[in-house]
Amino acid sequence: MEDWRRTPLVFWVTSLPPTLWLVVFFLIPLALVWVMSFGELDGLIDIKITGTLANYARALDPLYLEVFGKSLVFAGFTTVISLLVGFPVALAIVFASPRWRPILLLLVILPFWTNLLIRTYALIAVLRVRGFANFSLEWLWDQGNTVLALMGLGSYQLLGDRFEPLELLYNNTAVVIGLVYVHMPFMILPLYAALERLDRSLIEAALDLGASQFRAFLTVVVPLALPGIISGGILVFIPALGSFLTPDLLGGTDSQMIANVIERQFKGANDWPFGAALSFLLMYLTFAALTVRALVNRRAERRGGA
Amino acid sequence: MSTETTPIVEINGVSKRFGSFAAVDNVTLSIGQGEFFALLGPSGCGKTTLLRMLAGLELPTEGRLIIDGQDMSGVPANQRPVNMVFQSYAVFPHMSVLDNVGYGLKVSGVQRPEIRERAQEALALVKLGDFGQRMPDQLSGGQRQRVALARALVKRPKVLLLDEPLSALDAKLREQMRLELVNLQETVGITFVIVTHDQDEALSMASRIAVMEAGQVRQLAPPAELYEFPKTRFVADFIGSVNMFEGRVEAVEKDVIRLACPGLERPIEVEQTDTPPVGATAWAALRPEKIEISKEPPSDPTENATPGRIEEITYLGEVSIYHVRVSEALPLVKVAMANVDRVTRRPFTWEDEVYLSWTRQCGVVLDR
Ligand SMILES: Nc1ncnc2c1ncn2[C@@H]1O[C@H](COP(=O)(O)OP(=O)(O)OP(=O)(O)O)[C@@H](O)[C@H]1O
Ligand SMILES: [Mg+2]
Repeated sequence: MEDWRRTPLVFWVTSLPPTLWLVVFFLIPLALVWVMSFGELDGLIDIKITGTLANYARALDPLYLEVFGKSLVFAGFTTVISLLVGFPVALAIVFASPRWRPILLLLVILPFWTNLLIRTYALIAVLRVRGFANFSLEWLWDQGNTVLALMGLGSYQLLGDRFEPLELLYNNTAVVIGLVYVHMPFMILPLYAALERLDRSLIEAALDLGASQFRAFLTVVVPLALPGIISGGILVFIPALGSFLTPDLLGGTDSQMIANVIERQFKGANDWPFGAALSFLLMYLTFAALTVRALVNRRAERRGGA
Repeated sequence: MSTETTPIVEINGVSKRFGSFAAVDNVTLSIGQGEFFALLGPSGCGKTTLLRMLAGLELPTEGRLIIDGQDMSGVPANQRPVNMVFQSYAVFPHMSVLDNVGYGLKVSGVQRPEIRERAQEALALVKLGDFGQRMPDQLSGGQRQRVALARALVKRPKVLLLDEPLSALDAKLREQMRLELVNLQETVGITFVIVTHDQDEALSMASRIAVMEAGQVRQLAPPAELYEFPKTRFVADFIGSVNMFEGRVEAVEKDVIRLACPGLERPIEVEQTDTPPVGATAWAALRPEKIEISKEPPSDPTENATPGRIEEITYLGEVSIYHVRVSEALPLVKVAMANVDRVTRRPFTWEDEVYLSWTRQCGVVLDR
């Protein structure tokens, strides 16, 4: 039955097109960019490959290091917040009745069906000074005042004499909110997959042996969900690290991430070699993150965790 | 061992409904201190549900559970003086064997050196003393089951609950583990409540057995009583193999019931104190090993006897089951005979015309 697996012809015929595709449209362009990162601008458009390391040296300038650092911090916060919010959501979906589970999962991936740009603009509508978030807060403020007035405390202005809308947009917080919103499904889905496989009787056994709900969660659920946590973390961290639309639209002047700088090199600044060097530094960072995951995974395997 | 002194577990009119379906239906029973108690019944009869209610993993819809004199309503699973061995063992895959066994002590705040010592002790008890550093995936099914056992025993619960602990093992290992479980129970003196759908398991291990059907307890008795004096056709049929003759009670004289069965020439006579009324429909339940096969009719006229022809012989190793046609109107009668001799020298063979006979003390007449 499985003879075709061993036939070289079939092997080549089926694996050649995807391989070609990868080589022509991914590896070769990537190599070109890599080579370019060792070049210099020659005039306005021409690039001379001189083997110089000047682009990398320039990338290590504190100015850019700070942007790298900020990107790491943003991506880190995004990952941690996604995990903290996503874990209860994934747990809730796993423990929901079988009838509700597909609907809840659908709700999680529903945002994917809308263009990122539209979703980001929608977030602007939510966060801006006269947006839904502030409307809601103002409504709460009004209600609070009404209650206070009913209690006879109306004249003291306990909640301030005027509602001050929060500055939610065009700052670092807005960027992290946007990144969390965009990447949340990437966290929830692997977590769900890991928790779904988790044998319920393990939790019951922990409770039966005297563990509190919280203790059982920490000592049984979290360790067994670790592969999902790591996958989710990687799936959120890497794209968040390289995102440029969200900081571009939601961020202020000082919330630029490394991808925004790279974009500027390729477009506005027209300095392709420097952009290429920055791109590759970002890629090395990404590889570092993946290596960490591989190491953690190997350790988990050695401990026998599934 | 069936010292029915003070009950350690009292189940009082307990029901559990999932929607309108009653998984456990008004069960009342009590389990004595130090008993080896078995819940036996077909799949889906509510055994696990009842056990889980004892463990606190499921809340009764109705009724009260009392363990060691304390009402369990409102007491969560992690505060009950019981521990459970799960059907799937539920051994934590990410912890070593020693950590698994020590888990219950650790979450109760026992000091490290004591945890080690007691966990090691519990492992020795289940003969896994040298396996503490292994991970669960490096164990066989039987060893994993013993880890689960040690883990549940280490906290010295008042009651140990076991949900089909042997169902995942092969026949040989199962038989061995039965013995080990019984020995272990005698060593530690903890009350065991075991769930099983394997009648051999229940008969060989338990001091008392509750037979369940459709969420209700049909009969609660020690194994021998359950086997010899089942109260209903369901119990008779579920425990062991049985021949059932339907008939009408013709007469009752001096504790001897005469049951006229269509298809049999003579009424079946059974000695029994507790008898159904004359005229009632009843069933005579007769174990295959209590029937004798002979070439001649029996000499004792008080013995039950009927002629028949051997239609089928099933070889089961230590016994053979002879399927005998006594009447076209009745199903084949099963008769078990020990294979004392080699099969080639069987006293009877296919198509032999024989007599089946059994005494009045064999079998029971049931009206349900
Ligand atoms: N959470 C639940 N929701 C709905 N029905 C349930 C639930 N748990 C059990 N049941 C039903 O209750 C009945 C009894 O289940 P239970 O698990 O107690 O059976 P059991 O006697 O242990 O059977 P088995 O020998 O197959 O393990 C079954 O019909 C089952 O479908
Ligand atoms: Mg069960």
